[in-house]
Amino acid sequence: MVAFTNHSGGIFKTNTGNINVFSHTAIEDITADNHKVKTAFDGTSGKLQFSALIKDFEFPKALMQEHFNENYMESTKFPKSTFNGMIENIAAVNTGTDGTYTSNVTGKLTIKDVTKEVSAQGTFTVKNGVVNAKTTFVINPEDYNITIPKTVASKISKEIKITVDADYRHAH
Amino acid sequence: MLKSALILLATFAMYIASGQTMDLLDEESTPTVVYTFATFKTNRVVNGHSIETVAKREFDLKIAHRFGFLSGGPYDLFGLDRATMRMGGDYGITDNLNVGIGRSTEDKTYDGFVKYKFIKQSTGAKKMPITATWVSHMGITTSKFTQITRENEFSHRVHYTHQLLIARKFTEGLSVQLSPTLVHKNLVDSAGFSNDILALGIGLRQKLTTRTTLNLEYYYVLPDQLESDKTNALSVGFDIETGGHVFQLFFTNSSGPFEKAFITDTRAKWLDGDVRFGFNIARTFNF
Repeated sequence: MVAFTNHSGGIFKTNTGNINVFSHTAIEDITADNHKVKTAFDGTSGKLQFSALIKDFEFPKALMQEHFNENYMESTKFPKSTFNGMIENIAAVNTGTDGTYTSNVTGKLTIKDVTKEVSAQGTFTVKNGVVNAKTTFVINPEDYNITIPKTVASKISKEIKITVDADYRHAH
Repeated sequence: MLKSALILLATFAMYIASGQTMDLLDEESTPTVVYTFATFKTNRVVNGHSIETVAKREFDLKIAHRFGFLSGGPYDLFGLDRATMRMGGDYGITDNLNVGIGRSTEDKTYDGFVKYKFIKQSTGAKKMPITATWVSHMGITTSKFTQITRENEFSHRVHYTHQLLIARKFTEGLSVQLSPTLVHKNLVDSAGFSNDILALGIGLRQKLTTRTTLNLEYYYVLPDQLESDKTNALSVGFDIETGGHVFQLFFTNSSGPFEKAFITDTRAKWLDGDVRFGFNIARTFNF
């Protein structure tokens, strides 16, 4: 009976999730957006996955985008970045009822074939059947084998802010 | 035996592949067009243009230095006493359409060009093996006429170069470019030679690290078109990209840094040690 009254559960998906990458230094701010992130979560188990193509990150300057792909991320060799984790307290996220819920998200983030544990607080807003998930966390490029030459070290932060924003819909 | 080994290998490969896919996501979605990028570090191979264009509303300032011959020895500090240069820039009207201007010490030449990338190498939904760019140059020499006994006209100062640049990025490291070229001089250097000169440029670049490449450029002028003391331009150099700048350091036997000069006016020979050091600095600005 519980299953009938609670409309939670099932798979929620989108192919147009957003990930923003932001680096702040005294010299310049660098920002890039990927609007083609594939992500899905299981409303019952809390399993959460992301897959983002590196080449889909868009920078305001073409040369930055080229250098991001060519020098830093080596996107031909490592075309995608993935996250495989869990929404820890999925029971608290009632996908069947409009409202805002929070839960910790933990899992394995893979960038350039280097996998690290990450953890962040996620905010889930349910409205008219759409589940919006937002989270922000910080990574250090060096942890993922992204080398920054000394000549540009003053322009690229060691704390890269990653902001995730995705609107999930129930997958039928 | 071999067959069963293959089946085992295939099973293993499938197992590996399945381990990587995300079970909740549709990883096998409709393929998209993946355009090849960074075939060359910058829009010159060494002297000549590469297929690369600067992006829309970007200005690529180019300062090109060429020194004297290494064979000048210690007296000329191996050529460093004799610097010539070209100052200029490339501007992106669109990502594929560029215009540029420059001014070289050689014959006090002003040059301008229009460059258009019309085919892009791609994989995925659309497969295209090559990138192709067209570039048309015009140059005007402004140094005083040396033959004052002749009737000198303004048109004598003008020359044109048209190039079809065809390149393929074969691997992450190796790119090859072929550049069929037509140079037209309104005034030839000596009687009996054609105003139109055909040449074939060959460019190679091999990545050494993510930020440095080794470049080779050779312009072969088809036989019997130039005075016998002239020779083909061969250049070997390195590109060093530092984020905002690309430095190109090279050795070449060529004369001036614009197309008509290095393709049709090169007289120095590598075997005589008549090779000069040169460098290009490219710095991109956004507008």
